[in-house]
Amino acid sequence: MLNISDSVKRNDFDDKIEGRALYAGDLRDRDMLYARIYRSQRQRARIREIRLPRLPEGYEVLDYHNIPGINRVPIVYDDQPFLAEGEVNYIGEPILLVLGRDRDVINGIMSEITIEYEDLEAINTIEESILKPYVYCFADDNSKIEYSFTRGDPDLHIDRAEKVFQDRFHTGYQEHAYLEPHSFTCEVVDDNIVVHGSMQCPYYVVEGIKRAFGWDESRIRVIQQPTGGGFGGKEDYPSIPAILCALGAIMTGKPVQLVYDREEDIISTTKRHPSDIRIKSYLDANNSIIAMDIDVRLDGGAYAGLSSVVLQRTIFSATGVYNIENLKVRGGAYATNKVVSSAFRGFGGPQALFAIEMHMENIALALDMDPLEFKREHFLRDGDLSSTQGEFRNRIKLDEIAEMVDKDSGYSLKRGSTGKEGETLRGIGLSIFDHGCGFTGAGEADLLKSKVRLMKYADGTVEIFVSSAEIGQGVQTTLGKIVSQELGIPLERVVHNYPDTRYCPDSGPTVASRTVLIVGRLLQECAMEMKKRWDEEEVEIIKVYRYPHDLAWDNETFMGNAYPEYSWGANVVEIHIDPATYKVEVDGIWTVYDIGTPIDMKIVQGQIEGGLVQGFGYGLMEEFDCINGSPRQKSLTTYVIPSSRDFPKPSIRLFENPRRKGPFGASGLGELPIVGVAPAIASAVQNALGKKVCRIPVTPEYIRELMEDGN
Amino acid sequence: MEIKFTLNGEQVTIIDEPTRRLLDVLRDNLGLTGAKEGCGEGECGSCAVLMDGRLVNSCMVPAFTVEDRDILTIEGFRDQERFKAISRGFEKAGSVQCGFCTPGFVMAAEALLRQNPHPTEEEIIAAIEGNLCRCTGYSMIVEGIMIASREGDGLW
Ligand code: FES
Ligand code: FES
Repeated sequence: MLNISDSVKRNDFDDKIEGRALYAGDLRDRDMLYARIYRSQRQRARIREIRLPRLPEGYEVLDYHNIPGINRVPIVYDDQPFLAEGEVNYIGEPILLVLGRDRDVINGIMSEITIEYEDLEAINTIEESILKPYVYCFADDNSKIEYSFTRGDPDLHIDRAEKVFQDRFHTGYQEHAYLEPHSFTCEVVDDNIVVHGSMQCPYYVVEGIKRAFGWDESRIRVIQQPTGGGFGGKEDYPSIPAILCALGAIMTGKPVQLVYDREEDIISTTKRHPSDIRIKSYLDANNSIIAMDIDVRLDGGAYAGLSSVVLQRTIFSATGVYNIENLKVRGGAYATNKVVSSAFRGFGGPQALFAIEMHMENIALALDMDPLEFKREHFLRDGDLSSTQGEFRNRIKLDEIAEMVDKDSGYSLKRGSTGKEGETLRGIGLSIFDHGCGFTGAGEADLLKSKVRLMKYADGTVEIFVSSAEIGQGVQTTLGKIVSQELGIPLERVVHNYPDTRYCPDSGPTVASRTVLIVGRLLQECAMEMKKRWDEEEVEIIKVYRYPHDLAWDNETFMGNAYPEYSWGANVVEIHIDPATYKVEVDGIWTVYDIGTPIDMKIVQGQIEGGLVQGFGYGLMEEFDCINGSPRQKSLTTYVIPSSRDFPKPSIRLFENPRRKGPFGASGLGELPIVGVAPAIASAVQNALGKKVCRIPVTPEYIRELMEDGN
Repeated sequence: MEIKFTLNGEQVTIIDEPTRRLLDVLRDNLGLTGAKEGCGEGECGSCAVLMDGRLVNSCMVPAFTVEDRDILTIEGFRDQERFKAISRGFEKAGSVQCGFCTPGFVMAAEALLRQNPHPTEEEIIAAIEGNLCRCTGYSMIVEGIMIASREGDGLW
């Protein structure tokens, strides 16, 4: 039997490399119509009148009146319409759906549509949102979602403190820039709607169709096609194109394809939340942090999306890998008339970890201490509780991880000799981080109730039925390996197709680094039971997730196990700054991760390297911003993501620390590699410049600003 | 307008607007969907094909310019020995994740190896600079091309 960590050939490899894999935009049908979305050009306005040109035969324009059910995207709050109802709240908001055979004719119709708007006062920033909580719909409060929690007795310890340190950090938007824009192809077959699409969460789409059309679930079939990247961008957002594409198919009776072009994808789809985070630390005479006060503000955009859950993760992660026994945390996500902020790999973690890691370094520097030493003194250790006072269920190996990354990179040795070298500025930075895997709080049990199904057929093959989507992360391969390993049968005998809701139960969304950990574990349990019944000709095993008895969560007080499991890691980044261009050149990247047992080394390496580079993009180069709600970056030429030239190959080491509850000891991985990258870079830049870096991305303009600022 | 060209070794004739993009001709008129549209503006390389042996982004090529040219797409290339070497390299290195960029990278690898059968790592990095991948972080693709060049020695 093979070692579960040994790499195998991915089951989707041949189809993809041969160009045979059919993405949703590759589907063709003789009768197929194309659809395009007509979008708001105004930031916040009432729609006075819509004037349509004369439509050629076979062309149609639909609006919200054509949605027979509830015109609200089902996410957390019911605030966002599929198609605008008389009012728009951001540039790019869908208003009309234009359908027909020929894309050029559709574009002609689009250019002749005119809308008379009555502009309303728009909100551009978090500050404005707080000052002017105007009445428009966001979450259930119209303008904000706010949470807070405390641990210990912060006020008492704040009074006793000898020293106080405070910082304020800003992080920018990040666009997912999956290579495949949003794509759907829908058709009505025998009175059922069949949806083929690019998505992470087929059952979110089922829910959306139930709502929008009032159809029974038995008439809805959602099939995930090969998906060209997701990164959270295809968690909640696809509900909009999916439902609009289905609307087209239902209204015309023809197959309809809706594929976004890159510009509309960048302008109108969800982004990582920009943040404004303030941290105040209170220290005793021994330079130990005895209390912290943290204030987190996220820019939520025009609708609530997943802001509430992202905000929860941001505040729960706000103390990073440190044991802070007296703690006050407040957080808010605020409505602005801009594109919606929502899920993005890391889900609030990257913002929180950038802030806490830089803050810890800043305190150390102010105390004239080595940052690693200062951090080490505050590390979470076995027996400590999380920020929400949850117990950690596995050994915490931060000391070992820190030591390993220090040794591999020579961080401590090099740190002394950085700074100016001729004209060039050299720096080295370090970050240590964690990521809670699985849904927040008791969400796995209360909201998801994941269900999986495993079938054994008479010919001895076994088939996996789950709703987990293969979005490039290799889930069909890793889940297949878990099942084959447990059953002791060759991987080739385990079949795993793309999810089709007709056959696959709802095993939850493909998010939150939960698939291997939660769905993988359930499948492993199915396989254990199947093994006992292997002699039977056909066996069907269905399992539903149950909340483990050693976890507890109170959703009112935010106390308990915020996540069922954690993964850990450390990065060191070595850089130099070109004095002529102010550009940061990365010379070396060293990483160490504790992800329990790796399920497939190649897949793990791919997740890590891809996540790192996406993190470097976030920390250094990816800039997205809006002027009066209008995005300045509308293409991959202006929204620049890393290319092959930008970053060197990282050194990757895994610290094996098998988890008791994970399948074969595995923990979650997908998000971990991105969450700690930005602080390592910022710390290296700070080290090179001898100036505080308080925001990301650390662009050449920002570096120039820092260098020209005399202090 | 009528446009004649060689596609994957066969003569084809299409009738369409002269300014139609080669990418649409391939995908819509000819049903070859291996080339993907990632950006539509020459930035990502997902739509890359070979034109007379040179790598081009088919979203930037107007149909009339392919008259009498020789176009090779992933659908034609995948039956060749060289493809098999690239495929083995990509498999060993783990160069494929979501796969949307993959046919474009395969064509870029073929264009490079035709010019330079034994590229250095730097030369590979330069050759794929016009292809974007959001999943892998590139190093594993660079390695895949390196393995292909080594193990497919003599094919180019
Ligand atoms: S689609 Fe042609 S370069 Fe991106
Ligand atoms: S593998 Fe997904 S973009 Fe390259």
